[in-house]
Amino acid sequence: MAEWEGIYTIWFREAKRYVRYRSRILSSVVTPLLWLLIFGTGLGSAIRFGNIAGGYKAFIFPGIIGQTILFTAIFSGVSVIMDRQYGFLKEIMVAPVSRPSIVFGKVLGIGTAAIIQGVILLLLSFVVGVHMTPVIFVASFLLMIPISVGLGGVGLLIAIFTESMEGFNLIMSFIVLPMFLLSGALFPVTGLPSSLQVAVYLDPLTYGVDALRQVILGYGALPLYVSTIVVVGFALITITLSATLFSKKEQNLM
Amino acid sequence: MDYIIETNDISKIYGDFTAVDKINLKIPRNSVYGILGPNGAGKTTLISMLCTILHPSSGSATVNGYDVMKNSKEVRKSIGVVFQSRALDDILTGREHLEMHAALYGVPNELRKERIEEVLDLIALGDKADEFTKTYSGGMKRRLEIGRGLIHHPKILFLDEPTLGLDPQTRENIWEYIQKLNQKEDITVLMSTHYMEEADKLCDEVAIINRGHIIKSDSPKNLKRELKADIITMKVDDQEKFIKEAEKLDFIKNIMTVDSEIKMMVESGENLVATLVNFANKNNIMVNSIELDHPNLEDVFINYTGSRIIEGAK
Repeated sequence: MAEWEGIYTIWFREAKRYVRYRSRILSSVVTPLLWLLIFGTGLGSAIRFGNIAGGYKAFIFPGIIGQTILFTAIFSGVSVIMDRQYGFLKEIMVAPVSRPSIVFGKVLGIGTAAIIQGVILLLLSFVVGVHMTPVIFVASFLLMIPISVGLGGVGLLIAIFTESMEGFNLIMSFIVLPMFLLSGALFPVTGLPSSLQVAVYLDPLTYGVDALRQVILGYGALPLYVSTIVVVGFALITITLSATLFSKKEQNLM
Repeated sequence: MDYIIETNDISKIYGDFTAVDKINLKIPRNSVYGILGPNGAGKTTLISMLCTILHPSSGSATVNGYDVMKNSKEVRKSIGVVFQSRALDDILTGREHLEMHAALYGVPNELRKERIEEVLDLIALGDKADEFTKTYSGGMKRRLEIGRGLIHHPKILFLDEPTLGLDPQTRENIWEYIQKLNQKEDITVLMSTHYMEEADKLCDEVAIINRGHIIKSDSPKNLKRELKADIITMKVDDQEKFIKEAEKLDFIKNIMTVDSEIKMMVESGENLVATLVNFANKNNIMVNSIELDHPNLEDVFINYTGSRIIEGAK
């Protein structure tokens, strides 16, 4: 009972922080729109792209949702580093709340922010000419939950192993950008050179993007149930892992 | 005597550095207990172990009757902690900090409002309670942190350098809070500090810590009385010569140099100032200044460790 209260409290703070940083919300809506409108339209006019209604712009729409969730989740996860630098983490760590509950609260908070971000994009689907129905909306929403939670777990894992914000550029170059580029957000993942193909299928975000694309456009490289299982499995693994490591490494987090 | 905190050879070792070395403390219930020592003496490490966020390398401790390793959750419920470094979130209001804390410590819902009002009253945040903490002054932040540590009615309040970096007036205010609190509530306060004045004014008992060891612990009054001495501080042109000659005088109980000054422990110093000046003149030593002090905790500290608590500071 008390643990639920702890999870809720930590989630609530995370959600409040998200809502209060208005500039962050704005930029995380504008960035994907720039991708869709400029990159999507630009490259879309240069290449002839399959038989998807809406063309290339529509093709990358689920990919850009995935990208937005990825960035929001990782950045929020990394905020634990800032909590540590500014000392607030101590206040949470010295409370009589179990370490896993702290992690769950945090992951749920991160997930909430990422999902809000995704929902905003879903509502903007008309911009790229994607036809949105209530069923697609609900299905996409449900898919975003494990995607966000899984990536939030990745963010927390990074935070556990990173001492300060100085490592942030490394995180961008070696984790966030490769995850985004390899996910098939911007290109179809079938028929690639085999080394790239392997890398693409090792990227957990690939499955999230493919599942979203399947739901939103009815087009995907993998059967929906396969990608959904991978996405849910990945979320479970990252939460368990970060809860375990957080408890184990609590001494180093101070 | 009823002790609320007891440690048994508690130690913390980092590689080949021993931050806390087999410390044994007994802290009486409802006292204000001070751990006094210079920076790097091991104060924060000791407090961190007692509030369960750092595991001891060896030894053990009980806080409110619970073992810090085996019953860390019970310990956490019994204590409130104000860390040396700020532990506030910029983008939450003061009230929200208190609400969050009440929830994390499982204060029953129906009590929360009342407790928060009670604490806000004590720490006198006024209308600022509903503003983001990034707009607070240093003193308000500290008060909020102390108030937050009290929301769940802890048995023990840990204060790690509570007035570090605050201006003198705010420091006085915080001291007043701590005194008021200790008188009004059933609470033990364990504080660390490197301000002599703070320890002298607030603490019922003080443990002097240096390089991970407790050198001495007693009430400030007893510590001072034990010196049985006044202190004469002199500045002379030829320090070495003076000390060599002065060591022959039997009314000087102890002589040492601190920075460029000579400190001598004597009994009833009023009568000796003139004697010492004459003595110096007889030996052709120029006296630049001479001062008589009744001992304070700083002198106690110097007596036991041979150095000032803050290097180079007066």
